[in-house]
Amino acid sequence: MKRWKEFIYFMSFIGVSLAGVLVFVLIPFADVVRRSFMTVMSGEFAGLNNYKTVINNQAFRLAVKNTLHFVGVAIPLLVVIGLAAALVLSKIHDVSVIKSLYLFPMAMPTATVVIVWRMFFYKQDFDSLVVSYLWKNTGYTIVLWLAGIAGIPNELIEASRVDGANRFQCLIFVKLPCLKGSVYTIVILSFLNSMKIYREAYLVGGSYPNKDIYLLQHTFNNWYVNLEFDKMAAASVLVAVVLFVFILLFQYYSQR
Amino acid sequence: MNVRKFLRKASEAVTKFIFIAAGIVICAPVFLVVTGSVMGKGDLYECLAPVFEHGTGFVSWKLIPQYPTVENYIRLLFYSPEFFVLFWNSVKMAALILLGQMAVGVPAAWAFATYEVRGKNVLFTIYVVLMLLPFQVTMLSSYLTLDRLSLLDTHWAVILPAVFGTFPIFVIYGGFRAIPKSLIEAARIDGAGEVYIFFMAGIGLGKGGILSALVLGFLEYWNMIEQPFAFLEDKTLWPLSLYLPEISWTQAGFAFAASVVMLIPAIFVFVMGQDYLEQGIIYSGLKG
Repeated sequence: MKRWKEFIYFMSFIGVSLAGVLVFVLIPFADVVRRSFMTVMSGEFAGLNNYKTVINNQAFRLAVKNTLHFVGVAIPLLVVIGLAAALVLSKIHDVSVIKSLYLFPMAMPTATVVIVWRMFFYKQDFDSLVVSYLWKNTGYTIVLWLAGIAGIPNELIEASRVDGANRFQCLIFVKLPCLKGSVYTIVILSFLNSMKIYREAYLVGGSYPNKDIYLLQHTFNNWYVNLEFDKMAAASVLVAVVLFVFILLFQYYSQR
Repeated sequence: MNVRKFLRKASEAVTKFIFIAAGIVICAPVFLVVTGSVMGKGDLYECLAPVFEHGTGFVSWKLIPQYPTVENYIRLLFYSPEFFVLFWNSVKMAALILLGQMAVGVPAAWAFATYEVRGKNVLFTIYVVLMLLPFQVTMLSSYLTLDRLSLLDTHWAVILPAVFGTFPIFVIYGGFRAIPKSLIEAARIDGAGEVYIFFMAGIGLGKGGILSALVLGFLEYWNMIEQPFAFLEDKTLWPLSLYLPEISWTQAGFAFAASVVMLIPAIFVFVMGQDYLEQGIIYSGLKG
């Protein structure tokens, strides 16, 4: 197909989505970038003042610390638990019932989860947030790992066994390197889902929860309610930039 | 049967048993909510006493209530007209979001899967980043846009931004990628138009991805909290997911019954769409 023809088809299929993304996300976000350099009241140019305010803001710092803490603890735990479970399950015949049981929390509305949570761990602490995250996402992660494991060519495993590798060596030197490709996907999706933990934190603790579970999303929400749009704009830009750089680096290293 | 084979079978059975036992524990909250919904005031008070009296501590729970009753359901279904309004709000928003996502996302995913265009990878990466941005980061920009379009405090404020979300595109794309390129080439050589190929080959063979996106999407939007909280001030417009947590402890039985009613559609979709749910999770594994 000719280049320009292919381009026209591409654009006509993706057009509506692209227009929507531009109108609802990209253009408004450009406006937010502009606002992040202005004062909220008079609309004068404020330079980096908003950024300075945000970075020095105690609530923002606490939220960044807690969010990083959560992401740094919960995601590795989830990835490793999911992998361990999937490695065991991959050797067992017919695991469909087990998978359904582990996926079921995805269907449980957060509101329902929170009612039960309030009954059992009345304390709103960091650990219950992690448990809640693992509870909801382990099934998802197991399914992803199982798909990755199913993609490892059988001949490769058999060949290593014939060459005298024991089970452990086969796992470390054959299976895990083959699963490298799955890591990217699994970490990205675990991150995506880790941001949703705010629902639990908010429904259990409200806008100002225990200071261990005060997340970035709380800060944004409270600024939003108080109409502190200048801080919000600067913080949005900061988070978006950090996330963007992180994703590019991660993509680069995992696809090398 | 030799001993080794027997041992292997036995260890497999034990592992299976352990996994199933843990799985049942994972699903236990459902039993709690269901039994709670058929408990009367007395039963519930007894169980939840530690929460009422000290605000802390573990509750004791009975698997089978002493005096099962349907009073909570009767109150919910016959004396709470606002419940139906909220339920309907949830259904309406979830349905319109999913319809819109399909209308926008299916062709977009097809474009990514079928055509080679310069800059496609950059656009793809932008879509990935947009998918990963937490709602709160784009909350201000969404608010400003919705305000300009005077859509705030209407259901469209929740529906429209979600319609252009990029997550379903990756799931549908996963389904489209499984269609062999040679098939599309062959159709072109036979003189089929691009639109015809999209409908016959794309939607025909890529159904799996589309259904997967619907199942994952339903479970997500049936559960919305952040979007309606930010953009809907009028509580009569709220979805059930936002209203449920507002029910106070003194009405625990009522809250449990409302939870069960909210669970039913989600369980229905989960059971009917289980294969697609699993496929969708695998498809969402975005690899360019």
